[in-house]
Amino acid sequence: MATHTLSVLVENSPGVLARVASLFSRRGYNIDSLAVGPTENSEISRMTIVLNLDGHALDQVIAQLFKLINVIGISEMTDTDSIKREALLVKVKAKQSEREKVAAVAAKYNGVIVDESVASLTVEATGPSADIEALLKSLEQFGIKELVQSGLIALERGSVTLADRTLSTSGLAISDPNSATADYQN
Amino acid sequence: MSNQVTGAQSLVKSLEHAGVDVMFGIPGGAILPAYDPIYDSKIRHILVRHEQGAGHAATGYAQVTGRVGVCIATSGPGATNLVTPIADAAMDSVPMVAITGQVPSAAIGTDAFQEADIRGITMPITKHNFLITNPDDIAGAIAEAFHIASTGRPGPVLVDIAKDALQKMTDFKWPTNINLAGYNPKTKPASQAIRDAAALIAQSKKPVLYVGGGVIKANASKQLLQLAELTGAPVVTTLMARGAFPDSHSLHLGMPGMHGTVAAVTALQKSDLLITLGARFDDRVTGKLSTFAVNAKIIHADIDPAEIGKNRFADVAIVGDVGEAMTALIPALEAEFKKSKPDLTQWWSQIGALRAKYPVGYDHPEDGSVSPQYVIERIGAIAGPDAIYVAGVGQHQMWASQFVKYEKPRTWLNSGGAGTMGYAVPAAMGAKVGLPDATVWAIDGDGCFQMTNQELVTCALNNIPIKVAIINNESLGMVRQWQTLFYNSRYSNTSLESKRIPDFVKLADAMGCVGLRCDTTGDVDKVIEEAMAINDQPVVVDFSVFRDAMVWPMVAAGTSNDDILVARETAPDWDSQEL
Repeated sequence: MATHTLSVLVENSPGVLARVASLFSRRGYNIDSLAVGPTENSEISRMTIVLNLDGHALDQVIAQLFKLINVIGISEMTDTDSIKREALLVKVKAKQSEREKVAAVAAKYNGVIVDESVASLTVEATGPSADIEALLKSLEQFGIKELVQSGLIALERGSVTLADRTLSTSGLAISDPNSATADYQN
Repeated sequence: MSNQVTGAQSLVKSLEHAGVDVMFGIPGGAILPAYDPIYDSKIRHILVRHEQGAGHAATGYAQVTGRVGVCIATSGPGATNLVTPIADAAMDSVPMVAITGQVPSAAIGTDAFQEADIRGITMPITKHNFLITNPDDIAGAIAEAFHIASTGRPGPVLVDIAKDALQKMTDFKWPTNINLAGYNPKTKPASQAIRDAAALIAQSKKPVLYVGGGVIKANASKQLLQLAELTGAPVVTTLMARGAFPDSHSLHLGMPGMHGTVAAVTALQKSDLLITLGARFDDRVTGKLSTFAVNAKIIHADIDPAEIGKNRFADVAIVGDVGEAMTALIPALEAEFKKSKPDLTQWWSQIGALRAKYPVGYDHPEDGSVSPQYVIERIGAIAGPDAIYVAGVGQHQMWASQFVKYEKPRTWLNSGGAGTMGYAVPAAMGAKVGLPDATVWAIDGDGCFQMTNQELVTCALNNIPIKVAIINNESLGMVRQWQTLFYNSRYSNTSLESKRIPDFVKLADAMGCVGLRCDTTGDVDKVIEEAMAINDQPVVVDFSVFRDAMVWPMVAAGTSNDDILVARETAPDWDSQEL
């Protein structure tokens, strides 16, 4: 078992998130996180899906995802070839006496204090999953009242875009859907 | 010149442009606007008695003609009644377009009268579906629906249209080309995969052609015959592939799987190479997967990339149309065979011995009652290989797959993947509409028949003279068989008492059909001939048969194919076989 990150370009049409969610649910695939939002093209949304499974199962997930008509392109985002980030908002218990300590811990992970009240501070941070995890661990000593995390988002390094590779002007490029390592298009 | 029409007119024009000649349906509130232009259309609309009947009829039509079957229903319960046939079509890869009315767009999401989120409900059981709220989108959605349903791996597509979209005006414009960014099924197989497959076949000493329903969908029986004769390898045809390869052919071992022949099941088990053609390693074929054909390499040709490696790893994957794959494979193999052709004599002597020793068979009941297998065998013999046979689900289905001899594709229809009881009568109706000159026999059980027989009214009123054989063992026979074998003969809720009630002959008569009865072995041929002679009315024959007949051979669910039994507690005599 290993963690895999898929970037999935989908048509920005009603029900597409439900289709993807329904597929994962009925096939018994567990999603670690799912982030979805608009892209540079208003007709296309991008999902970043993090899954924990073995390589063979990943091929199957990708093939099944491609059966959804609204799915346009899929690419696995590797650690070396892509930038991966998560966002975090966390409300930490902070008495006056501990505020400086909280701020110092946050700063260590490029966190920023974005809200304060008598009994709490809210820290915002963005970074690789490991940093976010470490920040949370460090903040635990003060007491965490509430937190919210975005799913992971990922973008490839370099100038090539996922849309470039999955959508061409003359329709669509076709790659071998069997190849586990290739970028997936149909 | 303006092409201004209502959304409903746009829908009907679209269906006409899509080449629809018949559809099966029932009107209701939300779909009502569409029924007004249907009244004037050249498309034949067959008014069924239950939406489930419309769906299975569309499937039956599609399965015999290879064209897209169309069904239409209203919102809410009309639409949800289509759920079973849609799921059935999805499991068996049947090209179908289902059209449903939806409540007006402003009412969607308000729990309006007869509102059901049929797009949401059918998401997991359709190849794709649409909810249309703008009349301008109707023609495009219908064009896309037919394209998606009929290309690649076929499947059902649902188009749900809000009532106001049917009522509003729009410009009718039939799309000339369809460009779906996320849908471009690959039909041409990769040449490297073909070469790899040919190389594997040329090395194999125990090959088997494992043939699935995809070969029928791809209209590839000719290529299959050529490939089989070129390789000289044994052929097995799954439940969905019966008819893809002639039963009379000497290379044919029959059906594999839970109720397959000993030769077919064992050939797969002992093979060193499965040449898998449009089949999907279903659990009913593989038995316990981890013990399935453990020494076999796998060539897997399928148009659906998601089938490759889903259940069983493929050593060589051929993604594409299975007919094109075979067309490419044949010359590649001929080239390989020029270098060396494996000698299959020993392989054939092994499986040939099994085939000779363990043909499918049955005993006539000791109590003198009629053997259900005999009835089905005689229907097949008398109606012949040009007739269409449509089964329900259960024992009679298995017997119909075993004892009717299929020589041609698209002559055997059944609910294979979903196992939908009640499939036979409406599917036979659809088949007869698709092929009006063919003799269509529904081979049904008394349980199945009581689920959907109302469509015989539709048949009687619309001049659709199908023939129905009720294999009446007054039980949910397959369930009873499992109770006999696995639940100490505790027959919980499987006795239907249908030799007593209903009176099927009277019921047939009441529905405008000819009802016949047969309860002795000596009368079987005579009654079948009588039914064969009636071609202006549907015929129902109530064959009263032995209650405790069982389907053999059998691989019990979840067990290994190695544990196949030819009769109760009777394994084949493996010791005398060298395998």
